[in-house]
This record gives sequence, C-alpha cells and structure tokens, in this order.
Amino acid sequence: MSKTSVIAIALLAVALVAPLFVYPVTLMTILCFIVFACSFNLLLGYTGLLCFGHAMFFGSAAYVAGWLMKTYGLTPEMGILAGGLFSAALGLLVGIIAVRKSGITFAMITFAIAQFVYFILLRSPFTGGEDGLQKIPREPVLGLIDVTRNFNYYYVVLAITVLAVFFFYRIVHSPFGEILKAIRDNDARVESLGMKPERYKLMALVLSAGLAGVAGAMKASVFQFATLTDVSFPISTEVIIMTLLGGLGTLFGPMVGAGFIIYLNEYLASFGEWALISQGIILLLVILFLRRGIVGEFNAWMKRRQAS
Amino acid sequence: MTTLHEGSSMHAGPTTTGDSVLVARGLSKRFGGFMAVNNVDLSIRRGSIHALIGPNGAGKTTCFNLLTKTLSPTSGTIDFDGHDITQMRAADVARMGLVRSFQISATFPHMTALENVRVALQSSYGSTYRFWNSLKRVEPLNERAMHLLERVGLANMAKVEAADLSYGKKRALEIATTLAMEPKVMLLDEPTAGMGHEDIEPITELIRETAKGRTVVIVEHNLSIVATLCDRITVLQHGEVLTEGTYAEVSSDERVISAYMGGVDED
Repeated sequence: MSKTSVIAIALLAVALVAPLFVYPVTLMTILCFIVFACSFNLLLGYTGLLCFGHAMFFGSAAYVAGWLMKTYGLTPEMGILAGGLFSAALGLLVGIIAVRKSGITFAMITFAIAQFVYFILLRSPFTGGEDGLQKIPREPVLGLIDVTRNFNYYYVVLAITVLAVFFFYRIVHSPFGEILKAIRDNDARVESLGMKPERYKLMALVLSAGLAGVAGAMKASVFQFATLTDVSFPISTEVIIMTLLGGLGTLFGPMVGAGFIIYLNEYLASFGEWALISQGIILLLVILFLRRGIVGEFNAWMKRRQAS
Repeated sequence: MTTLHEGSSMHAGPTTTGDSVLVARGLSKRFGGFMAVNNVDLSIRRGSIHALIGPNGAGKTTCFNLLTKTLSPTSGTIDFDGHDITQMRAADVARMGLVRSFQISATFPHMTALENVRVALQSSYGSTYRFWNSLKRVEPLNERAMHLLERVGLANMAKVEAADLSYGKKRALEIATTLAMEPKVMLLDEPTAGMGHEDIEPITELIRETAKGRTVVIVEHNLSIVATLCDRITVLQHGEVLTEGTYAEVSSDERVISAYMGGVDED
C-alpha cells in the first residue's frame, strides 16, 4: 500500500470518530473548506493560475443551491450537485474571458469578475440582499436519511468531501493532470510540443470552479443560510492562505491548511479582530520560513532524509 | 528543375526544389520602428543540418521564432512540407512535425525526466484531456519514453526531477522530449549555449546522431560546432541574409569575415 493511501485512511479514521469529540458544525466547516482549498490548489498548485476571486464560485453556488433547496425542496445532495454545476458553468464563462492571460493579469481579471458577481448577488431579489438567504431547509438525504441533527449530517458531508477529494486526486493524477503540471512548469514548451495550453487551463478552471461550487453549496446546507460573506473578497484570500499554509501543489497540504485556519478562527472568534491579525502573522511566518507550506516542508524534509 | 511557388513572383525568392522541407519567402518582422528581420528568403533542404549564424542583433533568434511560429511575421510566407503555415499556431505546426527547442532550458522542472518525455508522447497520442483516467493509462508510453531517455544517455535518471539535472543533462532531456514528437524538422535554438566544454562534445554528437532521417535547423554561436555539424549555413546581418553556403564557402567570404568572424573566431 502506498504512503498516500496510508495517510488517507488514517485521516478518514480520524474524521469518522471526530464528531464524538469536536462540535460537528466546526468539523463540517473544515470539510467544506477542505474541498474549497483543493479546488484552489488545482488551479494554483497544479496549473499555475492564481485566481484572485475564487469566492465567486464558492458563494454563488451557496446562493443557487440554497435557493433551489428552499424554493423547490431539493434534497441536500441534489442541491450540492446543482451548486457545483452552476459554478462550473460560471467557471466556463470566466475562463473564456481570462484563460488566455496568465500571471497577474489573470489574477486581476478574476478579481474584477468576482467583484461583479458580488454586486449582482447583492442586487438580485432572490438572495435577500444584505440579510442573505435564510432558513434553508435540510430535506432527508436521498429522500431517506434524516439529517436535521448536525451529528447525522456530518457523515453525509464527510461522504461528499471524500468523493470531492477523490475527484480532485483523480484529476491531478490523470494524463490530463500531467499536462496541467507541464503547463504550470513551462507553458510555452507545452505549446511547442503541439498542445494548446489555454484549452487545458479552461478545463482546469471549469473543474476547479465546480469543486468550489460543491464546497460553497455544502456550506449553505450546513449553516442553512447563504450570505454575501461567502462571495466576498476575504473568502478569496482565506483560501489562498489555507493553500499556501498547508503546501501548494501537495495533496494533503490544503486540507491541513483548511483545518488549521478554520480551527484557529473558531478558537480566536471570541477575540474578535485578533483572528484576522493572527492570520496575517501566520501568513507572514509561512512566507518567511515555510516557503513550501507545512506539508510541502515536511515532504522536502522526508526527501532530504531519504537522500542522506 | 526548379519551380517557384505560386504567389511568390513579386520578388526573386529562393528557388525551391522538391527537396526543400521548409521555405520562407520575403519574411519580415517589425518591432515598432525596428526591422528585426527584413525580407529574408530561406530554403532548408530535407535531411540537412542547417545553421543560422550572424553577429549579435543580426536577427537570428527572431528569424528562428518566426520559422517556429512563436512569432507572427509582419509580412512574408512560410511553407512547411508543402503546406502554407504562415497563419498557423505553434501547437499546430508542432503536430505537423516542426518542433523547436528553446535557448533557455525548456524542461518541466518539477516533473521527472520520464514524465517530461511522456508529456510529449501524450501530445502525439492525443489522450490528454482525460481527467477521469488513472495515470496507469499512460504507463504503456513509459517504454517508449525510456527508449528515448536511453538514446540521450539519461536512462539511469528517469526518476530524477528535471530541476535536479545538470545543465548539459537538461539539454539532453530537452532533445529527448523534442524527439518524442518524431519531428520531421527539429529546430534547436543555441543548443550549446552556456555549456561547459565537457558538455558540448556529447550534445554535438547527440544532435548529429538524432539528425539522421530528419532535418535540423540550429541557431548557434559556437562556430566550431557549426563547422563540424552543419551542411548549410545562412549568415544573417542587420536582419537580412548576407550569404549562404557551406562552411568553407561562407567562412572565406570577405563580407562575412568583416561582418562577424574576424572578431569572434578565437573563442
């Protein structure tokens, strides 16, 4: 059995017993952000695209899924699927505009579109404006399983997270993923080898946006509301911090980063602004001392140790 | 025995015989007010090793970038293997068999040598959008990738990340990657640039070896390599063709000597 599968099984074992010890809503928040961070990692860590408005995929899926669940009584799994598909479509639109650019231009275009999406959602009648979309119901999953208790719903969210993370794993360990890494490393060379980088980037953006949508829709069903916070700029930056902290371009890094930041936010919530200040300090420390992130540095350390 | 291509009657282009694989006619590239390449005619014979040389700023690299479709020409046409490729993209001409390397080492640094070559193999097999497949699906390509690595002497470094290879080995890896495309024409941009003496010899040998059965165009500063390796040499100066011929011919040409060789030959 590979090292990756050992770690994955160990993490899953921890996740299965965790709600006996930790408040399930906190855990579910972490799971939502794990999926979100994986989606971001797919773009920056494996394709080399810095999306500076990833919250647009997260937040708009939260609204769309929330609205569908509330208006049409969609079950959570269908709502989450719909949210993912909606964001994938949004990703396609953004991609058509942005994907020929790279570096800072790509980042700025995605930032601008995200601001645009924010204001559309602020003005749209179905979102509830500043109040957000409240009282999203949680219908029985698959029409069978009662999930009104958070403890029960946790296992549904865990199952969806496992599927989403496996989907992410499949993408980055596929023939397509290999080309993405090549594009990240040297896209001019990929072009000279007969492939059109922008098509792969577009596909990566659609897949990433879809995963971000799943994360956002899942969060809406966990908290049973969707607000403008979910589409706001701080969410876009938070996912960047999580990914960098955990380790860009590593499988487990973004998970570690998401868990760490969410737990820290919860822990520091009573200190108000201190949560943000400590995030800033952590980011600074990571940039200065852990260039590869927690998992990235650990992997590098293991590699050095094996070499010597 | 010679046939002028249609539409080129406006100026006296090179006479393109049937065995010219790459033909440029009236090729120009303007950057703002600067003519980097001015009305260049080139005809690369099939199966030859053809060098583009010239002093710094002569337009060699611009010319090279035009031929590989990395840049679009301001005017002029390029024919490759009987097809007009003037309006095509680099990715498309690469698929047709016109494949370039880069001056700065163009590997994928965070991928292993094997993966580097496999990317190119994947490109020619066209399975590359399958994000739902496992990497096992491309493992059948490993054998060919290993064969190519063997050819450039990197078989024992298949699992080493490209970033950890020495400079000379990176260039060898780049050639293996280019060969994976099975190019009809291989364009090498200064393949020995920045190389130590001990690396130059094997790379030159490698180019000679891989040139068998295909055409090679190289931009090269090192004239001793040009002398030993190349059949035809085009000398550029101020963005224009100064002369063309064998090494013996161009090296005895007064204009070439005064333009270029006299001052540079001693290195």
